[in-house]
Amino acid sequence: MLDKLKIPDHHYLHDGHSLRSWLLTKDHKRIAIMYLMSISVMFFIGGLFAVGIRFELATPQGDFVTADTYNKFFTMHGVIMVFFFLIPSIPAVLGNFLIPPMIGAKDLAFPRINLLSLYIYWIGGIFTLYAMISGGVDTGWTFYTPYSATGSNTNVVPTAIGIFIAGFSSILTGLNFIVTIHRMRAPGMTWFRLPLFVWAHYATSLVQVLGTPVIAITIVMLAVERGLGFGIFDPARGGDPVLFQHLFWFYSHPAVYIMILPALGVMSELISTFSRKTVFGYSFVAFSSLAIAVFGFIVWAHHMFVAGISTYAAMVFSFLSFSVAIPSAVKMFNWTATLYKGAISFETPMLYAYGFMGLFAIGGLTGLFLATLGLDVHMHDTYFVVAHFHYIMVGGAIMSYMGGLHFWWPKMTGRMYSEFFSRVSAIMVFVGFNITFFPQFVVGYLGMPRRYHSYPDEMQVLNVMSSAGATVLGLGYVLPVIYFLWSLKYGQVAGPNPWGASGLEWQTQSPPLTENFLKVPIVDREPYDYEHLVAKEKHLV
Amino acid sequence: MSNAVVHADGHGHAHATHHSALQHHFDTMAQQKEAAVVGMWVFLVTEILFFGGLFAAYMVYRIWYFDAFAEASRSLSLFWGGLNTAVLIGSSLTMAMAVRSAQTNKRTATVNWLVLTMILGAVFLGVKVIEYADKFEHHHVPGYNFQWASHEAPAAGAPSTLLGAGEHAPATEGAAAAEGHRELSLNADQLQLTTQIYFSLYFTMTGLHALHMIVGIGIMLVITWMAWKGKFDDQYYTPVEMAGLYWHFVDIVWIFLFPLLYLVERHV
Amino acid sequence: MKIFGIPIFPEQASTFAKDVDALYFFIFAVSAFFALAVAVSVIYFGIRYHKTHDGEIGARIEGNLSLELLWSVIPTVIAMVMFGWGASVFYHLRRPPAEAMHIYAVGKQWMWKFQHLEGQREINELHIPAGQPVKVTISSEDVLHSLFFPAFRTKIDAIPGRYTELWFEAQTPGSYHIFCTEYCGTNHSGMIGTVTVLEPAQYQVWLQGGGVEGTLAQRGAKLFNDLTCSTCHLDSGQGRGPSLKNIVGKTVELQNGSLVMVDEAYLRESILNSQAKIVKGFQPMMPTFQGLVSEENLVALIEHVKSLSPDATTAAPATGAPSAAVSTQKPAAAEKK
Repeated sequence: MLDKLKIPDHHYLHDGHSLRSWLLTKDHKRIAIMYLMSISVMFFIGGLFAVGIRFELATPQGDFVTADTYNKFFTMHGVIMVFFFLIPSIPAVLGNFLIPPMIGAKDLAFPRINLLSLYIYWIGGIFTLYAMISGGVDTGWTFYTPYSATGSNTNVVPTAIGIFIAGFSSILTGLNFIVTIHRMRAPGMTWFRLPLFVWAHYATSLVQVLGTPVIAITIVMLAVERGLGFGIFDPARGGDPVLFQHLFWFYSHPAVYIMILPALGVMSELISTFSRKTVFGYSFVAFSSLAIAVFGFIVWAHHMFVAGISTYAAMVFSFLSFSVAIPSAVKMFNWTATLYKGAISFETPMLYAYGFMGLFAIGGLTGLFLATLGLDVHMHDTYFVVAHFHYIMVGGAIMSYMGGLHFWWPKMTGRMYSEFFSRVSAIMVFVGFNITFFPQFVVGYLGMPRRYHSYPDEMQVLNVMSSAGATVLGLGYVLPVIYFLWSLKYGQVAGPNPWGASGLEWQTQSPPLTENFLKVPIVDREPYDYEHLVAKEKHLV
Repeated sequence: MSNAVVHADGHGHAHATHHSALQHHFDTMAQQKEAAVVGMWVFLVTEILFFGGLFAAYMVYRIWYFDAFAEASRSLSLFWGGLNTAVLIGSSLTMAMAVRSAQTNKRTATVNWLVLTMILGAVFLGVKVIEYADKFEHHHVPGYNFQWASHEAPAAGAPSTLLGAGEHAPATEGAAAAEGHRELSLNADQLQLTTQIYFSLYFTMTGLHALHMIVGIGIMLVITWMAWKGKFDDQYYTPVEMAGLYWHFVDIVWIFLFPLLYLVERHV
Repeated sequence: MKIFGIPIFPEQASTFAKDVDALYFFIFAVSAFFALAVAVSVIYFGIRYHKTHDGEIGARIEGNLSLELLWSVIPTVIAMVMFGWGASVFYHLRRPPAEAMHIYAVGKQWMWKFQHLEGQREINELHIPAGQPVKVTISSEDVLHSLFFPAFRTKIDAIPGRYTELWFEAQTPGSYHIFCTEYCGTNHSGMIGTVTVLEPAQYQVWLQGGGVEGTLAQRGAKLFNDLTCSTCHLDSGQGRGPSLKNIVGKTVELQNGSLVMVDEAYLRESILNSQAKIVKGFQPMMPTFQGLVSEENLVALIEHVKSLSPDATTAAPATGAPSAAVSTQKPAAAEKK
C-alpha cells in the first residue's frame, strides 16, 4: 500500500518548467493555478483594507485615518473583494481545474480563450491597482451617480476601466464553461450524471454571460459621462441617477449568485464525500441552482426600496425576492437530509462545510428580513445589510471556497497539508467570523449606517467586538497560506483518491496528467455511487 | 473507479480522418465545430445584453423626452443613415457569399467576397466619420461645448442637409412651427438640456457599434489572410462562418439603431 | 433596550416603531426556528452517524418527492406571510395622512437643512411635536443622500431633481439620531443630526422662540416679489402669467391639450423649467430659474403658492420621473401635424 503512494513521474506540473511554459500554457489546470495565485494576492490586498476599516472603527471618533482615506479603504475593499476575488474565486480556480476532469474531458472547449481570460483579468487588475496606488477611489464599490459622475474627484475612471476589463474575463470563463459542459462531456456522461458542482457552474456561467455585459455597458456610460462630459445620469442635465442604480443592480444582484452558486456546488460535493452517501434529491439540488440563477435576474430593485421607486414596484420586487428564498431553502434541507444515515467524518473540508451550513443559513435567513418591505425601510444601508452580505459572501462563498481548496488541494498538488493546523484554521475562521459579523446585525438594527467613518459612542462596544473578531478571522486566513506552502514540499503524498470520493476527477492520478486521463473514460453509472466504489476497492485488494 | 470504465479506444475512431485543423482536446471535427458554434452564439447573447443596457437607457429617456428626441433626430441626415443601412445590408450579403464560397472550396471567391465585405465596412465607417464631423462642427457632441440650435427642416433624404445645416435660423420659439412642423412645446433652454441626453446616447450607441465594425474588419483581415493561405476547405471553414455570425450581428444592431436614432418621428 | 449598559435595540419613538419591531420579531422567530432546526439536525446527524470504520458508507437514499414538496411548500407559505405583512407595513409607511404637519428637508454635502412652515429653519436639528403626524418632503442640492430616523424606523433617499417624502408620528419626547444613509462623499458620516421630539405645548413655545423672519410662506411671498414673479402672475388673472390663486390641487389644461394636476412637483418644474408645461392661453415667456433658486428658496416659493390656495390639500408624489423638464406630450402629439 505504501509503495503505491508516490508522486507520479509525469503530471501537468512537470510538463515544462520554464516561465514560458506557464505563461503560454493552454492547460486549464495551470491556468487555474495561476488564477489561484492571482486571486490570493488580491484577497490579501482586499483584506488589508478590511484591517484598516476595522482598525478605524475600533473607536467612534474617526481618529486613525481621515474620512477621505477611510472612504477609499471601504471602496477598494469592496472593489477588490467583489470583482477581483469573489467573482473569479471558485469558478476560475476550482471550476477551471475541475470541470474538465469531472466530465471526462481533456481540457475546456477553448483553451486559448481560457488563457486570454486570465490575461484580461491581470490587465483589469493592473488598472485597478494603478488607480489604487495613484490615489484610490472613494465612491463605494457601487459607483452610484451623481456622486461618481460629478461629485468625486478620485480615480473613478481607471477603476471603472479595470472592472470593465475584468468583466470580460468573467464572461469568457462563463462562455467557456457553457460550451464545455454542452459539448465536451465524455461518452456516457449524461446531464443527470454530472456532479452537482458542474450543474452549479453551469448556472453560474449563465449569470456571467447574461449579467456581466450589462455592468460593462453601465460602466461605459459612467465613463463617458465622467470622462467626456456626456450627460446620461446627471440630474442637472435631465438625466436620471436612479436609472444607474437599475442598470447597476441588474448585474450586481445576479453577481451575488456568481459568487454563491459555485459555493453551493462545492458544498454538494463536500457533504456527499464526507458522509459517503449520494446527495439527497439530486435533481432538486441541480434545478434549484438554475432556479436561483433565473430568479436572480428579476429581483434587482430590492436594493432600491427607499431609492424613490414607486410603492407598487417595490411590492412586486419584494414578492419576487422571496421567490429566491425557496430554492435556497430547498438546498439547505437536501444537504441536511443527505447527512441522515451517512457515514460522516470530520476532515478539514467537512469542517468548512459544517461552518458553511451555519453561516449560510444565517446569511440566507437575514435576507428574508431585508426582502420584507416594512423592515427594509429601517434596515436599508445599515450595518444589518453589511452583516447579511458578509454572511453570504464570506460565511458562504469563502467558507465554501476554502473547503473546496482543502478538498481538492491533494488533487492539485499531489500532497496533503497538516490536518491539525487546517482544522485549527477552519475553527478560527468560523469563530472569528461570527464574532466579527454577528454584532453588526445588532448595531445595524440600532441604526448604524454603513460607510461611516465615525459613529455614535453608544455603538462602540459592538464595534470593538467586531474588530476583535476580525483579528481572529484574519489569522485564520493567514494560517492556510503557511501550511499549504509547507505541504508543497513536505506534505504527505496523497495518492489519487485520499478522501474515498466518487467523482471522476479522483479516478485519475494526483496531480493529473496534462490530458487529465490516460484514456477517455466512459461513464456508465450515476454520480456519488459509493457502493460501487467500495466494491471495486475490495475487488482490487 | 466508481462511475467510469476506461474505454481502451477512446478516440481511435477519430484517427482515420484526422484533419490538420483538429485541436488535440477534441475528438472529431464535428465536435470542434459544434463547440465553436455554441460558443459564438453564447458570445452573441452576451453582446445583445451589452447593447441591451443602452437600449434600456434609450427607452427610458425617449419616453421622458420624446419631443427632444424627435427634434434632435431631425438633425441627423436620413441620406447618410439610409445609405449606411444599405451598405451594411449589402455587406451582410457579401459576407454570406464568402461563407458559401469557403464551404464549397472556392478559395479565390472567398478572398474576393471577404475583401468586398471589408470595403463595404470601410465605406460605412467613412460615412460615420462624415456624420461625426458634422456633429462636431455644429457643437452637437455632448459635453461642455454642446450647443443646441433649432434646426430648419431638413429636406428629407438629401445630402444637402449637411450643408444647409450650416445656416441655422437662430433659436427662436416657433421657428419649427413656421416651417410647417409639429408644434414644439420646448424652448431653447430645454432643448439644450435634453437633446444632450439624446446625443450622449447617439454617440455611445453608434460609437460602440462603430468599434464593433472596426473589430470586425480586423477579424476579417486575419480571416482573409488565412483564406489566401488556403487554410479552409469544406471540412474546416469554422473561422469564416464565425466571423460571418459576428458580422451579421453587428449589422442587426445597426438595423435597430437606424430607426431608433434617425427615424424617431419621421414617418412621412 | 440595553444589556450591561450596551444598547442592543433602538428606542421605539414613533407609532411605526412597534409595527416594524413586531414584524422584526416575527421574522426573527421564524428564522431562529429554521436555523436551530437545521443546526440541531446537522449536529445530531454528525454525531449519530459518525463513521466508525474504514470503508463504511452511508445508506443509499436517493431522495423523497413528498419531503421535497413539503419543504418547498412550507417555506413558500411562510415567505408569503412575511411578504404580505411587510407590504402592509410598508404601504402604511408610504401613505402620509392628510392632516400631517409639513416640513421640508434639503440634503446638501454634508448637512441636513429643515424648514418649518412657520418659518423656523434648522441645520442638523429638527424639532417636532409628539403625537402629531409629520410629513417631510425631501430634496437634494447635489448628490444622493438618505434621511434616516432610526428611532422612527423610517428613511427615504434624497434625490437631486425630484421630491421624495416620508412621514412618521413621534410618540415619546426625547432626542434621537438623524443619519444620512446614502453614501455622499467625504463627510458622509458627519451628515448626522438630532431630532428632538417635544410635547405639543413645548413645541408651541419652541416655535415662538428665536428670531424668525416670518413663516415659510411669507418668506416665499417676499421672494415672489424679489424675483419679480408678482409682475406677471397677477391674482386678477389679467397678467402675462396665469393667476396662482386657488390653483393647487386643481387640474389645468396645457397648450398641447393635455391636463396636469397642480402639485408640488408641477410647481417645482414650472419654476425651474418654466416652459416644460405651458398653461393654455399663455405665452412661453417666463424665464427659467434653474440654478437661480436654491432648493430651500424653492420650497418657500412653493409654500407661498400653496398658501394662495387655502382649501387645497396636496401631496407631492414621492416617486416617478424627475420633475426636471419632463415632457408629458404623448408621442401621439406627433401625429397631429
